Amino acid sequence: MKSNNLQVIYVIWLREMKRFLRAKSRLISNLTLPFFFLFAMGSGFRTWNMPETFQGIDYFNFLTPGIIGMTILFSSMFTGLSTLWDKEFGFLKEIMVAPVRRPVIILGRIAGGVTTNLIQGTMILIISLFMGFKITSLFSFLLAVFFMILTSIGFNGLSVAIASKMKDVQGFPLVMHFFTFPCFLLSGALFPINNLPNWDWARFLSLINPLTYGVDGLRAVLINSSQFPLFLDLGVLLIFGLVMIILGSYLFSKTEV
Amino acid sequence: MWAIETKNLTKEFNGLKAVDNISFKVKKGEIFGLLGPNGAGKTTIIKILTTLLSPTQGEAKVWEYNISDQRNEIRNSIGIVFQEPALDNRLTGFENLDFHARLYSLDKKTRQKRIKELLNLVGLKDQANDLVINYSGGMKRRLEIARGLMHFPKVLFLDEPTLGLDPQTRRRIWDYILELNKKEKITIILTTHYMEEADYLCQRVGIIDFGEIVALDTSQNLKNEIKSVDIREPSLEDVFLHFTGKTIREREVGRSEKNRMIAKRFKRR
Repeated sequence: MKSNNLQVIYVIWLREMKRFLRAKSRLISNLTLPFFFLFAMGSGFRTWNMPETFQGIDYFNFLTPGIIGMTILFSSMFTGLSTLWDKEFGFLKEIMVAPVRRPVIILGRIAGGVTTNLIQGTMILIISLFMGFKITSLFSFLLAVFFMILTSIGFNGLSVAIASKMKDVQGFPLVMHFFTFPCFLLSGALFPINNLPNWDWARFLSLINPLTYGVDGLRAVLINSSQFPLFLDLGVLLIFGLVMIILGSYLFSKTEV
Repeated sequence: MWAIETKNLTKEFNGLKAVDNISFKVKKGEIFGLLGPNGAGKTTIIKILTTLLSPTQGEAKVWEYNISDQRNEIRNSIGIVFQEPALDNRLTGFENLDFHARLYSLDKKTRQKRIKELLNLVGLKDQANDLVINYSGGMKRRLEIARGLMHFPKVLFLDEPTLGLDPQTRRRIWDYILELNKKEKITIILTTHYMEEADYLCQRVGIIDFGEIVALDTSQNLKNEIKSVDIREPSLEDVFLHFTGKTIREREVGRSEKNRMIAKRFKRR
């Protein structure tokens, strides 16, 4: 039975990859927004003096890990969107009548989503190298990949969970506006969250935002400077990922087609 | 032995009974037709029998597996062609079949052999590597039928298999269905609006209206049954209209309207 499950995860992953590689426009459209942020904010705030924790760090170097986090957040939402498209085009029924356990389907989807996110995150990292970002060693690059994967797992799970509660694609822009953007803006991707006033609701939201820890972890491994200890980032991301996989599987198994 | 057995099957959506206390049996190796006006409950029955929906009440067995606790066994023994296309347009025909075969964990050798065999059967060998988005409606249907057969199902469900197809394709598909039934001994349950389709294919038909079975027999027997009412030789369409009335159905039918229709039906008898 176990090898069978792996086979199913593999084939769902394979399908996602094929679709991803065939949809060139999706690749480009997912990279443009992060690129413009990197380009505009990176040049605009270049001479900005960083506060305490990040003293002496160039803003562009500070920004790059944040934009990688943003890329992962935004493109992970596509995993949920593609679940909804499957529902719209009827393909979900084909998957639902197969003798396959629901969590296995979700794992396949998440595996596909994580791979595409990783490709996109890495592409942004490579682009940033051309724009002046310095990477210290291959090891720190590998650690960054690891943090990208961890962040991506949680948000992919969340995205599937949201999609499972939705009827059709129409409502998805709402998720973009009311969840994705605030999540990005309050993650410390653009500015250190210490800049937010103490005991403020915005600060509170930042602290419960999992992306904060993803971005912080990426900073820790890429520019060697972070707000929280690395193990706190790691722990939060691990728990977030695990909880979201379980939530995603649970809600997905409740969907009727 | 029965391929399908339902007992007092009921499904409610927000208090509205889409399927109302339905009991019927389908023999192994039979081609069984479910006829009924729009919104009569055909698709709901199919969805229950294919484990996509759980019934509110009653029980059903598919190939002697219970729909409440042997879903995986059922899923392994049935193939389905849905009413609306359920293909991945961004994959090729071959990839769609391969996806399905792996989902049902066929091993590599069986997979390759079966895909080839089925592409030949439905005549899509030359287009196997084209993206499905470029297929015509008929090609998509044929690909779906091939996919439904991929994992050697015992029972094949066809939900309006020839909806919107030209007469040539339709006839081709009918002939496949008959051939499959004969060669691979597959039990086939099909729903349709086309009376000539049911007449041509089905050994027995059940007519469903307002979620209830109003007639169930061979098409010939049903025709004989209403013969006295009509002067000319009745067609299956006459039988259908005799049992379901001539009113055009809206999608949702209210309780009062349903009662009115049932009263009318009894009066006519």
